[in-house]
Amino acid sequence: MPVAIHAEGLVKHFGDVRAVDGVGLDVPRGSVLGLLGPNGAGKTTIVRMLTTLLRPDAGRAEVAGFDVLKDPDGVRRSIGLSGQFAAVDDYLTGRENLQMVGQLYQLSARDAKARAKELLERFDLAKAADRTAKTYSGGMRRRLDLAATLVIRPPVMVMDEPTTGLDPRNRLALWGVIQDLVKSGTTLLLTTQYLEEADHLAHEICVIDHGRVIARGTSDHLKSQIGRERVEVVVHRRDDIAGAREVLTARARGEVTIDDHMRRLTVPVTGGARLLADVIRDLDERGIEIDDIGLRRPTLDDVFISLTGRAAEADEPGDAAENDQTEDQPVKETVK
Amino acid sequence: MTAPTVPSASAPAALRTTGVGRSVRDSLVITKCNLIRVTRVPGMIIFMLVQPVLFVVMFSYVFGGSMQIGGTTDSSVYREFLMVGIFAQTVIFATVATSAGIADDMRKGLVDRFRALPMARGAVLTGRTLADLVQMMVTMVVLATVGSLVGWRIHEGALKAAAAFGLLLLLGYAFTWVGALTGMLVGSPEAASSGGMMWIIPVTFISNAFVDPGQMTPWLRHVADWNPFSATVQACRELFGNPGVRTSDVWPMEHAVEASLLYSIVIIAICRTLAVRKYRNATS
Repeated sequence: MPVAIHAEGLVKHFGDVRAVDGVGLDVPRGSVLGLLGPNGAGKTTIVRMLTTLLRPDAGRAEVAGFDVLKDPDGVRRSIGLSGQFAAVDDYLTGRENLQMVGQLYQLSARDAKARAKELLERFDLAKAADRTAKTYSGGMRRRLDLAATLVIRPPVMVMDEPTTGLDPRNRLALWGVIQDLVKSGTTLLLTTQYLEEADHLAHEICVIDHGRVIARGTSDHLKSQIGRERVEVVVHRRDDIAGAREVLTARARGEVTIDDHMRRLTVPVTGGARLLADVIRDLDERGIEIDDIGLRRPTLDDVFISLTGRAAEADEPGDAAENDQTEDQPVKETVK
Repeated sequence: MTAPTVPSASAPAALRTTGVGRSVRDSLVITKCNLIRVTRVPGMIIFMLVQPVLFVVMFSYVFGGSMQIGGTTDSSVYREFLMVGIFAQTVIFATVATSAGIADDMRKGLVDRFRALPMARGAVLTGRTLADLVQMMVTMVVLATVGSLVGWRIHEGALKAAAAFGLLLLLGYAFTWVGALTGMLVGSPEAASSGGMMWIIPVTFISNAFVDPGQMTPWLRHVADWNPFSATVQACRELFGNPGVRTSDVWPMEHAVEASLLYSIVIIAICRTLAVRKYRNATS
């Protein structure tokens, strides 16, 4: 399948911080690549290099067949970029915002006007079309922002944390829009810190940490990398932890992890439901009372923890360069 | 929400304008948007108009009568002398708004959108400066009206008066590019507005705008005579036929119209080049 986005060896420094450290990726046409990583991992920097907003210090990239350094305008004509913060002009109405973007995409005034009207209707903004964007809710701003990126129906879309700051209802609605876009053939590069989002939307996932790709593959592939299903037991009495551990060690394959505080024991297993029944019987025979037991399939969260040794939401104080960009602005946006 | 269909990329036909045509067109799109913005913040317009009027009233009635212009302390002569100074100061003050506005734009995500569009690189800044120029014209009309109420007159005919306003607007436009550049450099609208005043006050006061430099200490007089701002003020006094035209053998004072044009064009050439380059490489 032809490739819509190709990058190799991308490097970007901010002072001493190596924000992006040799990233390569390929996004086949019509597919969705999710860049998954915590704040400050370098996701935004990668996006900015691919969308011609930032010059890489090393490496090369092509988007929609155009080299980002040699033909940036070619790239710009082929992409729609939706950044972390809705890039709309507060003092212009929804309609004026879209017309402006249309004209800057070099549409004629008449085409820009017609396209704005069409998009406002499609994104459920027709009623608010002639109100200034300042009066819009967060979800409406997002929709307007997305509409602006679709003015020229770009073959490649790049979305940087599209649902950050949205409530669950709006997030679901936006997922719907994104899925429709992909269905109609758009190639999408998406960054997210939400594992669930990557799992839900992306065909392939690149896990980014400290400016490097530390794992890639489909969501199922990544999950299978860290292994199998696990049995998780929460015992009622702390004294029973040792006994439960013996039961699990005998039945399972692998080391038992114990969370003393939660009285929870976890162990990788094979054998599924039958094994679970065996464990329950064994515990019962020993008179160990349990609060909860279950068979857990691995989540992307587990993938993340096993790859990086910490949870995805963890923040990296060292990556100040990117954190400045990602964290200062939402505060300002909400204050206004 | 209905599904937004995304048909072939060719859909709405893009105008294949390139080079200067695209640059002009994009700049005008941005200019229009900036002007729409201004109408949505009426407080800004009022402030923009009240401030110069306040200056006219304050200077004419506080300083008038104690200032000697052309050998007289007649306050009506000072008021005519003063008006050109106020015109010129007003167009320079517009710089602060340009600078703060651009610093603010740069901080928002909106600039990323612009920079990821296939538009002319200088258009965001050019559009902004052109919008500020339009606002300056409106302010000039109001100021001229107030000026005529306090006794300011055009003595040399409409053509020369138009030339004088042209020089004032050109000076103002040149300084919006100073504003654009400083706005790009400082990175915050707060710093842009307070930083702007730091150089505007000396530039407008160490000049012939409000007093006769002949009465300054020699080194200060020298600075005032070579100040680009003084050249425009001198040229406009000549063209309007207002009192207080300075007799000095310093070149910009003897050839004020040429000096005014030259200064403004050089400022635009330098600041525009630097500001657009900075915009292109901006990483924020």
